[in-house]
Amino acid sequence: MKKFLALTMSAVLMLSLAACGGNASDDSAANNETAATGVAIEGDTIKIGVFEPTTGENGGGGMQEVLGMRYANQLYPTVDINGNTYNIQLVEVDNQSDKTAAVTAAQSLISSGVVAVLGSYGSGVSIAAGQTFTDAQVPAIGASCTNPQVTLGNDFYFRTCFLDPFQGTVMASYAMEQGYTTAALISQNGDDYSTGLAAFFQQAFEKMGGTIVANETYQTNESDFNAILTSIKAANPDCIFAPSSIATATLLLPQAQANGITAQIIASDTWENETIINAAGSAAEGVALSTFFDEHDETNPVAKEFVTGFKEYLNGNPQNLTSNGGSDGVAAVSALGYDAYMSVYEALKALDGAETLNSVALRDTLKAVSFNGVTGAISFDENGDAIKNVAYIKQIKDGKFAFLKTQSAE
Amino acid sequence: MTEKKKTQLKVLFSLIALLVCAGMLFYVNHYTRPTFMLRTVLQLGAIYALVAVSMNLLNGFTGLFSLGQAGFMAIGAYTFAIFTIPVKSRSGVYYLYGVADWLSNIQIPIWAAIILAGLVAAILAAIIGAPVLRLKSDYFAIATLGFAEIVRIIVGSSPMNRITNGSLGLKLIPKFSNFYFPFIVVGICILIVSLLIRSSYGRAFKAIREDEIAAEAMGINLAKHKQLSFIISSFFAGISGALMGMYLGAITSTTFNVTLTYNILLIVVIGGMGSITGSIISSFLVIAAREWWLRFLDMEIFIGSFKVPLLKSGFRMVVFSLILMIVVLFFRRGIMGTNELNWNFIINRLNKKKKTGGESCE
Amino acid sequence: MTTNAFLQYCLTGISIGGIYALIAIGYTMVYGILRLINFAHGDIFMMAAYFMIFSMVNFALPWYVAIIVVITATVILGVTIERIAYKPLRSAPRMSIMISAIGVSYFLQNVATYLFSALPKPYPAIGFLTKIISFGGISTSVVTFITPILTLAFVFILMQLINHTKIGMAMRAVSKDFETSQLMGIKINRVISFTFVIGCFLAAIGSVLYFTPRPSVYPLAGSLPGLKCFIAAVFGGIGSVPGAVLGGFIIGLSETFIKAAGYSEFSDVFTFILLIVILLIKPTGLFGEKITEKV
Repeated sequence: MKKFLALTMSAVLMLSLAACGGNASDDSAANNETAATGVAIEGDTIKIGVFEPTTGENGGGGMQEVLGMRYANQLYPTVDINGNTYNIQLVEVDNQSDKTAAVTAAQSLISSGVVAVLGSYGSGVSIAAGQTFTDAQVPAIGASCTNPQVTLGNDFYFRTCFLDPFQGTVMASYAMEQGYTTAALISQNGDDYSTGLAAFFQQAFEKMGGTIVANETYQTNESDFNAILTSIKAANPDCIFAPSSIATATLLLPQAQANGITAQIIASDTWENETIINAAGSAAEGVALSTFFDEHDETNPVAKEFVTGFKEYLNGNPQNLTSNGGSDGVAAVSALGYDAYMSVYEALKALDGAETLNSVALRDTLKAVSFNGVTGAISFDENGDAIKNVAYIKQIKDGKFAFLKTQSAE
Repeated sequence: MTEKKKTQLKVLFSLIALLVCAGMLFYVNHYTRPTFMLRTVLQLGAIYALVAVSMNLLNGFTGLFSLGQAGFMAIGAYTFAIFTIPVKSRSGVYYLYGVADWLSNIQIPIWAAIILAGLVAAILAAIIGAPVLRLKSDYFAIATLGFAEIVRIIVGSSPMNRITNGSLGLKLIPKFSNFYFPFIVVGICILIVSLLIRSSYGRAFKAIREDEIAAEAMGINLAKHKQLSFIISSFFAGISGALMGMYLGAITSTTFNVTLTYNILLIVVIGGMGSITGSIISSFLVIAAREWWLRFLDMEIFIGSFKVPLLKSGFRMVVFSLILMIVVLFFRRGIMGTNELNWNFIINRLNKKKKTGGESCE
Repeated sequence: MTTNAFLQYCLTGISIGGIYALIAIGYTMVYGILRLINFAHGDIFMMAAYFMIFSMVNFALPWYVAIIVVITATVILGVTIERIAYKPLRSAPRMSIMISAIGVSYFLQNVATYLFSALPKPYPAIGFLTKIISFGGISTSVVTFITPILTLAFVFILMQLINHTKIGMAMRAVSKDFETSQLMGIKINRVISFTFVIGCFLAAIGSVLYFTPRPSVYPLAGSLPGLKCFIAAVFGGIGSVPGAVLGGFIIGLSETFIKAAGYSEFSDVFTFILLIVILLIKPTGLFGEKITEKV
């Protein structure tokens, strides 16, 4: 009697094997056929996926990026293509800052019929999900994922920010200009963004004649940095480069202060977040960082308008304010989120007059998009990266991000 | 009805059930959009089913509470990825550190890499198994948990840069060549496990679970059987890691953290410790619930102008963890307990129902 | 390594070790009585930090009132968790209750993310604790300095409580033999609740000491310290309070010196290897009682 289980199982297998053997060829053919056309635009609604972490390690920054996208959607909710008015609907999905969850999250977006995807905060999840978007032939526009691997070799991934090799070089040349010749690195083990950026900084800094005197790493969710800071103090560098998540920054800075570290701390785009100032207080004073955008930059009318409108949007809803870390400061990632949405919006507008309306056509118009965004003029190079040659250097002064200078790679 | 006839009837029923299953897969593949969420859920569910069964072999059948499954998956996934990423795109993958010289031109077929992934995990299990298996219950759990963390950290550390690409992880791992691929691999593996459990080895495993000392008194070689169970379980965990790598297309060391082990454990518990079919059913249910059915909980939904309360980002995971707590607290035996879903089980249930006048029986 | 650097490392190691010790006591006591690895303990520690933020920032209480509120809230949380998630499983197999603990940990993290968002929240500063003192070439905050002292004081009080009071005696009896002690008229549920009260009390104190110099709280803030304290408890012999304290200090110091030696990447690997090696040499940890197998 008990042989049944075995029989059952083996029969299942035989059948599935048989089924597969017979139909494998059909199957791939069927897939190719459907895939070649991408996702068509039908009905009167265009769905755009928002692929961001709203929980997990990068949940905070991801949420701010989502706010920028929601705001953009609120301002530009419809688009006219070929005489029809389409509603643009955002489909949000949480990738949990986790690469495994990210792939399924991406698939759930694709299955809900989105024609384009925005995001994600954090390069790792974007890299993980990139293949999913390519397979479905749906273009994705990253807002703040700076790792080169996101768009490299992926014909469907674009981004509105600059890249880590650029950012690493920028910070290295900034450090050099300040007269620093020795630097310490602190990076997060297992994090593409942090490790990649630290490595690019190291390459550039050593090329310019600087020396890395300490290279320390920590594990995800680490909150005690005293030991590595003591080592760094002993190495006595001129500056410390610490690309990391917001959470890490709020822990690292007070501990650096308590350990009596006086070296200049420099960091990357993630650190431009009010939370850090609120949490670290006086310990954050003097930190220099590179970012994509300056809230107080009066020269760009698009940015000026965005800042005013976005502040109203934040203050109009207490929940938005909480998601933004409790203040109405405009984070660079919100601005990039806005620009990512606008890129798709511009590309949709450019579809006007096209014969076939689908995600592949949208990808093609995206390639040619050119407009004035909040973070400067946006157009994409052959890799799909926004052509940006300037980073904003800011310094924390009197509890505020003060614009210091613009810096280009040397 | 004679016993023989009954048997024949059951075989017939089994075949029909199988045809239905295969037919459903066939239907899903040919008549749904390639972007349909069900396809993803089925594939991911199958992968989780394999790793859940492999964990069940250890935890449910042999009574060894191991929390090291993620570590063995990591080894499997990395072994698979290292040997199958197309040679021509290697320089792109290892863009920062470069690829180790001995590795740069090796590429083996996918089926060989899957087996290799399992073997490497099994060899490692054999090495650490001998000392660690001496530990008792909780201590064994802790040691395996520690081991999984060690594997994860070493795989992502800088001395491994030129092999595993360190913190940056690997990408461009070959995808499933067709929709049925994971189901076939998982099916074969689970078949092997279920045959094993029905063999004399399986009975020895269960004897160890029930009472180690009694089992030893009956002449079962404890060390040998525990070791065997550990190695086999790791072998299949390695294979499921390889499948996970294929499914994800990109892996990093953080993919295989403690949370992954916990997730697998929860699947095993919901399915029922000591039930293979339970693990399989619960894998599909849990994955479908978490990745598909409950996703709406993360979105703010308006009915007319009324905003449904509580729904906002993060709520899905709260509900999900609540469901898990409820299962653990009130349905402790899980879906299947230690039963298997086969015809005997179904017939017994039906008979019981008849006797109690159709009332639900528990 | 200069003398100054060496002293600084020692101070860092002892300070973090003291906090590990405080939290490890929570793990070890619960294990001693229920034979349960309370995976949720690290998350209770994290929730205590959120309670502190609420009482000091949102309700603007002075720090001494806030600490009392935090301790009360944490204790209530811990006892509630025990009542809801562990008590119904008293007669269940060990594995189910352990899984329930994993479930609670999962739940607390998700609830914290849902309620407080994943953005780190600043931990309120308690004026005199954050003052920076320096002597010689060593610079540190007051809290780093007093942590080990406070830890030892609490451990001393706790040992008195366990060894010289009636409830302490009951606790020892329960941890020796659960069922017999029940037969002897010990109200087992009271003893268990009391154990959770002590564990959570120390977790709340530990959370103040931990987050004051590391002033940032996020939903996963408890997971890594939790895991390390748990290792400390196992290392010292889970079930033994002095073992947990010693384990905490050893883990804290060894991890600091491994980082000092330039292997920060591998500090956790060393910690785990240390754990496995100890378990292989002494399968129940440094001070753990011998398990006797009954047939």
